[in-house]
Amino acid sequence: MIEISNVSKWYGSFRVLHDCTTRIEKGEVLVVCGPSGSGKSTLIKCVNGLEPYQQGGIVVEGISVGAIGTDLPKLRSRLGMVFQNFELFPHLSVMENLTLAQVKVLGRAPAEARDKGLKLLERVGLKEQAAKYPAQLSGGQQQRVAIARALAMDPIAMLFDEPTSALDPEMINEVLDVMVRLAKEGMTMMVVTHEMGFARKVANRVIFMDGGEIIEDAPTEDFFGKPRSERAVQFLSKILRH
Amino acid sequence: MGALDLSFFTWDLVTGYLLKGFVFSIYLTLIAMSGGILFGTVLALMRLSGRRWLVYPAAGYVNTMRSIPLVMVILWFFLLIPFVIGRPLGAEWSAVITFTAFECAFYSEIMRAGIQSVALGQAAAGSALGLTYGQTMRLIVLPQAFRNMLPVLLTQTIVLVQDTSLVYAIGAYDLLKGFETAGKNFNRPVEAYLAAALLYFVICYALSYSVKRLHTRIAVVR
Amino acid sequence: MNFRWEWDVFLRDTGGGQTYLDWLFSAWGWTLTVAGGGWLVAIVFGSVIGTLRTVPQRGLARVAAGWVELFRNIPLLVQLFLWYHVVPALIPPLKSLPSIVLVIFALGFFTSARVAEQVRAGIQSLGRGQTQAGLAVGFTLPQTYRYILLPLAFRIIIPPLTSEAMNVVKNSAVAFAVSVAELTMFALLAQEETSRGIEIYLAVTGLYVITALAVNRAMALIDRRLRVPGYAGGAR
Repeated sequence: MIEISNVSKWYGSFRVLHDCTTRIEKGEVLVVCGPSGSGKSTLIKCVNGLEPYQQGGIVVEGISVGAIGTDLPKLRSRLGMVFQNFELFPHLSVMENLTLAQVKVLGRAPAEARDKGLKLLERVGLKEQAAKYPAQLSGGQQQRVAIARALAMDPIAMLFDEPTSALDPEMINEVLDVMVRLAKEGMTMMVVTHEMGFARKVANRVIFMDGGEIIEDAPTEDFFGKPRSERAVQFLSKILRH
Repeated sequence: MGALDLSFFTWDLVTGYLLKGFVFSIYLTLIAMSGGILFGTVLALMRLSGRRWLVYPAAGYVNTMRSIPLVMVILWFFLLIPFVIGRPLGAEWSAVITFTAFECAFYSEIMRAGIQSVALGQAAAGSALGLTYGQTMRLIVLPQAFRNMLPVLLTQTIVLVQDTSLVYAIGAYDLLKGFETAGKNFNRPVEAYLAAALLYFVICYALSYSVKRLHTRIAVVR
Repeated sequence: MNFRWEWDVFLRDTGGGQTYLDWLFSAWGWTLTVAGGGWLVAIVFGSVIGTLRTVPQRGLARVAAGWVELFRNIPLLVQLFLWYHVVPALIPPLKSLPSIVLVIFALGFFTSARVAEQVRAGIQSLGRGQTQAGLAVGFTLPQTYRYILLPLAFRIIIPPLTSEAMNVVKNSAVAFAVSVAELTMFALLAQEETSRGIEIYLAVTGLYVITALAVNRAMALIDRRLRVPGYAGGAR
């Protein structure tokens, strides 16, 4: 469904992505991990064209992301994205956050969008908060709303960019629970995260990045069982200590 | 209307009409700037003194100046100065007094922010060394406040340069008036106004460019 | 110095069948018209130019930056003369425009440079996150500005916009220079005709202060109306 082939990206003369290749099949969950600055957030933002890349190609369901003439807004509306800092629209109520793009991008009727929004809020356990504004919610609640906002567009796949790393520890699980359920329902997911417990539980494959390169790309059991690279071993030992 | 005719811009025109106005505008700007910063600093110190009989008059003065259009302030001074000194005063002198009095209200707000930005910790350090309040202000706080606020003070001076054109209201002979008079006498108002605009633009753009440079230099020093 | 108030000067006839008080109020109306019209022009152009300064298209951003520099670095009075004497000479069809319209555009364009700078600062304070979030849900860049960035930026910049709006009221006084019958023009003429400058100037100054205060209150009201529960604004 998502194919990333030989993607390289530079900021000036600094290479942030180096010849990255991987693929995600329909219904698969791919976890991307690696130290900070390894390029994993940049890579996931290349998938929906938020970050341009200079070499290689990314194809989502037969549509080339980097090609001139690609309808990026349409492509993005089919790929849900969840950000590290939630990025809910602070001037809109929770419900408006969920309905605005449904109405303006997909052209749904407001009533239909509201129904959809309510259903999704119920699913992430926040139905009572529909009339509130983002700043009135806790971080964990905001991130669940952000997930619901992405799901409201009926995406074919979901991209998660470190969805729990800006959260206080006690709020991480409420977000991970929603993501686990989503994975079990068969959603195609690409998840940049350090939550190795989550990776073990639901990931089909794990890729490990360092210095802009994909160092390891292995099925989950193999990755945790016998990582091949020295750097991945070091990274795992650091991260699994806590 | 044909093409622009700039042939009337001769050296005689410059010395006969423009130079006098140009010199007055510069002169007005420089006096209003130095006087404005000086009295503005005094006003700022009054407002920060914590003594009511100093705070209230200073605050009242600054807020009054800031809430009246400059043109009206110019007219007020032109009307009142002869009342006070008992004889008429030329438009040019009236302008110099007006602008110093008006601009010091704006400079004082800048100096107040500057003093507040360094005051607390530095004032404590000063008194710890045994300096008096006056010494601490003069030797420690004010030099730093002035340096920190230099870009903002200069930005206000760009506003001042533009404001000086408003002496038009009392007929003082400044840069703009020089161009206007020349334009009228040679029947070339379009070219004259365009040239005036260009000159103001060059002056203000050059000033704002140097403020930008100064900003980056100060940022480096810190 | 012997001074006596003569407030009844306002009840005197101007010679045209109206009192100076009538004239004062009609002048106030012209001041409100110039300031209101100028503010409208400034908000419209300032929003567009300020927005363009933040778009990824370099050419557009540069044109917008040029606009700001042009209208910021020439004194308002000089700009007014350009509109009044130069623009109609270069574009003859504009000769028939009444001077009030030219004043409104002069004041509006002058102020638009300042408004544009505020709008730009407001948008830039939002950081890249909101832009990316808007794009990620499938909005085009114009839609992201329309629904996300501009509504947020305007909420943030209401305080500096308030002082710009008050400046517009004060700056409308330059209209006297092209003989628009607003408050300052009234002050100049009525002072000369009646020789009661102090009473005349006090009344005019008072009306300017009242107008600026009213603008201030109106903006505070808008600020309260638009305030989002729990949101302080600005970058995190």
